[in-house]
Amino acid sequence: MSEFIPPFDWQQHVIAPWTEGFGANILIALMGFFVATACGLVGNYLMMRRMALVGDAISHSVLPGIAIAFLLSKSRGTLAMFLGALVAGVVTTILIEVIHKKSRVKQDAAIGIAFTSLFAVGVIIISMFASQVDLDQECVLYGEIAFVPFGDPVKLSETFSVPLPVLRMGIVAVITLAFVVLFYKQLLVSSFDAGLATSLGINATFVHYALMCWLSIVVVSAFESVGAVLVVAMLILPGATAFMLSHRLPVIHALTVLVAALSSLLGVHLATWLNCSMAGAMVVMASFLFALAWVFSPLEGLLVRWIRQRRTHLEPPEGIVDGVK
Amino acid sequence: MFKHHPSSTIHYLRYLLIAVVVFWFTIDGHAAKIGEISETTITEQAIRFFSFQDPAVRYALLGSILLGISCGVMGSFIVVRKLALVGDALSHAVLPGVALGFLWNTTKDPVAIFVGATLAGLLGTAIVGAIKHTTKLKEDAALGLVLAAFFSVGICLVTMIQRLPTGNKSGVDKFLFGQAAALGPNDVKLMAIVTVLTLVVVGLFYKQFLVTSFDAGFARVTGIPVQVMHYVLMLMLAFAVVIALQAVGVVLVSAMLITPAAAAYLLTDRLHRMLILAAVFGMVSGAAGAFLSFLGPSLPTGPFMVLGASAVFGAAFLFGPQHGVIMRWWRRRSRSLRIQRENTLKSVYHVLEARDFKPEGVTATELAERRRETMEDILGQLRELKRHDLATLQDDDHTVFLTPEGWQRACAIVRNHRLWELYLTNAAQMSADHVHEDAEKIEHVLGEDVVRQLEKRLNYATHDPHGKLIPGQADIQRGSNPPERTADATGYGKRT
Repeated sequence: MSEFIPPFDWQQHVIAPWTEGFGANILIALMGFFVATACGLVGNYLMMRRMALVGDAISHSVLPGIAIAFLLSKSRGTLAMFLGALVAGVVTTILIEVIHKKSRVKQDAAIGIAFTSLFAVGVIIISMFASQVDLDQECVLYGEIAFVPFGDPVKLSETFSVPLPVLRMGIVAVITLAFVVLFYKQLLVSSFDAGLATSLGINATFVHYALMCWLSIVVVSAFESVGAVLVVAMLILPGATAFMLSHRLPVIHALTVLVAALSSLLGVHLATWLNCSMAGAMVVMASFLFALAWVFSPLEGLLVRWIRQRRTHLEPPEGIVDGVK
Repeated sequence: MFKHHPSSTIHYLRYLLIAVVVFWFTIDGHAAKIGEISETTITEQAIRFFSFQDPAVRYALLGSILLGISCGVMGSFIVVRKLALVGDALSHAVLPGVALGFLWNTTKDPVAIFVGATLAGLLGTAIVGAIKHTTKLKEDAALGLVLAAFFSVGICLVTMIQRLPTGNKSGVDKFLFGQAAALGPNDVKLMAIVTVLTLVVVGLFYKQFLVTSFDAGFARVTGIPVQVMHYVLMLMLAFAVVIALQAVGVVLVSAMLITPAAAAYLLTDRLHRMLILAAVFGMVSGAAGAFLSFLGPSLPTGPFMVLGASAVFGAAFLFGPQHGVIMRWWRRRSRSLRIQRENTLKSVYHVLEARDFKPEGVTATELAERRRETMEDILGQLRELKRHDLATLQDDDHTVFLTPEGWQRACAIVRNHRLWELYLTNAAQMSADHVHEDAEKIEHVLGEDVVRQLEKRLNYATHDPHGKLIPGQADIQRGSNPPERTADATGYGKRT
């Protein structure tokens, strides 16, 4: 077992990542942070719209889009990838709608059917053309965030260059943040009350499709580093943790970014310690943070609930007792 | 919606059981080495598959069929209960259990993995429930959360196992996308036991499952322990997921639960038939997936099985006799064509009525004027009438004579229309100038028995609210050239 779980060493697992191999680790952590921020912010709206599992579906079904784009363009070009993923995302949304509207299959089953079929197509393409597509089956699931530092470097200035995936993800994260700030009102209103949104002159349908398209973009840029299933984690976990701690949307967004940063940093340490998948470790830490928030949240955490319940049992409020008499 | 037929269910289930047991005893005792598929052509592989000489092929096929049965049966319940995505979360949540089961004695011991995976899956569903009850998060968020959290732990464990000296040969990574060829005799035996157990439980508690699935309140009133049934269902669901894992893979197991069951749901309204159909679809897509992935080296089985199931669903979606998109489109189309024919007939009747039913042909020009449509449209409609033997055409198709059948239909439509107008004015107190629109729609759908009741209620009236004669039974029978016609001669049964 000691072979399986290496003993924890403070110096080696907490200090060393930042003293030796700083460059690689900071890039990985940064990438994780960008992924978690962009996904988390979009995910907040998905959760408010009760569409968390549509996110799940889209994150799986962009795979055939990416694979076909690779096959057609014979390159890992950013544009081809984005286009492929956009098309796949839109096809998924439409497929779900068609199955749901044109037959008596319920929406949840329609989601399940649509994305698994598309994902299966993607996996088959990848396993049949593995040498051409330059992706493998495992990468599809949990990405290769550890390879990020070795991506094509893009020179920002004479002395400073950043790997392309990090730069791309950083831009996507910044644009996501800009969207959230600029269209705060539109997104908020249309998420909670489509009727009110329409009366205020906001096109709720347009916002819906724009959100789905942006989701596809975010998912595809995160895909390479964290893979399909872990994208879902990044969509839901940071936001869910933030939802436990606040009921105000701006605070929730801020907390989401904070959780994103914490989980990617802690993830790097966990992965260094256990020598396991980097992206997996980040999500494990994000889950751990959620568990902490669930138990200790001052708003409605399990602990607070338990204490409240105990109090009510011990000393019933005066008014109620009087009322019974 | 579903009716309960205990005898037939048990009847069907018995057949399934016998099939499973027969399969079980034909399992060869000798283990097969997997992964020895090397440089061979597709045809050779296909022949090798269908000769069933290779034990690996037999296990792969048997395993796929067994998993198809259990996933189809359990999937039916989650589809009718709208729990489809619970299946998705459950199937991802088993991964850490698989890894821990493997770590138990660092070999691929089917029983250890089975126990580990089942426990992890149940823990996952329990946590979904807990999150739903104790937080404000919605169910979908709770499902996604548990799915992601468990799966990430599983991924970490799997990557740690692969790092172990023995890990690379462990085949744990095969659990992600499935490899039916990796099934050994012990795996298949376990699958057979679990499938039989599932079928027995479903057979024994069929009534309870049925009632709790469709009306939990009613089930509670009749004394069925709804909560217990739910746990039993979740346990059986976890079993189905876990035995399907090795062949289908964690990622796509949910498809084997949802897709065959959804296809069956499109084809029948009875739960017991749905269970059987879903099991058959599961078997077929499982076997097809095992075969297709066998054709190429290192092709994962799961995606092919899922595509097989999706193809079955697609076929049911398009061609299902009752709910299929194409069939519904066809029915809608033939209905609208019939309505159009009837409207043409009605216009012919109106023209004839305007000239006191003189036995002359009605020209297309007259019809075009009355209907305010172009000549081409009218001529097309007339040809359509001829095609259905409702009319004969003369003068280069420009003059129409109704056949006896055409006359009857025309009279019936006009009668329906006028009777309904009368009914609306007399019984529903609507004013006479408001009833036409409604009658235009209903005239095509009134059945004969409704017409009889209307006639009776309206005292066998002869005139509609606009003062026009309502064609009666006698007119309908008389044919298109009634010689002399008076008010007394019309009416139904009673007066003739």
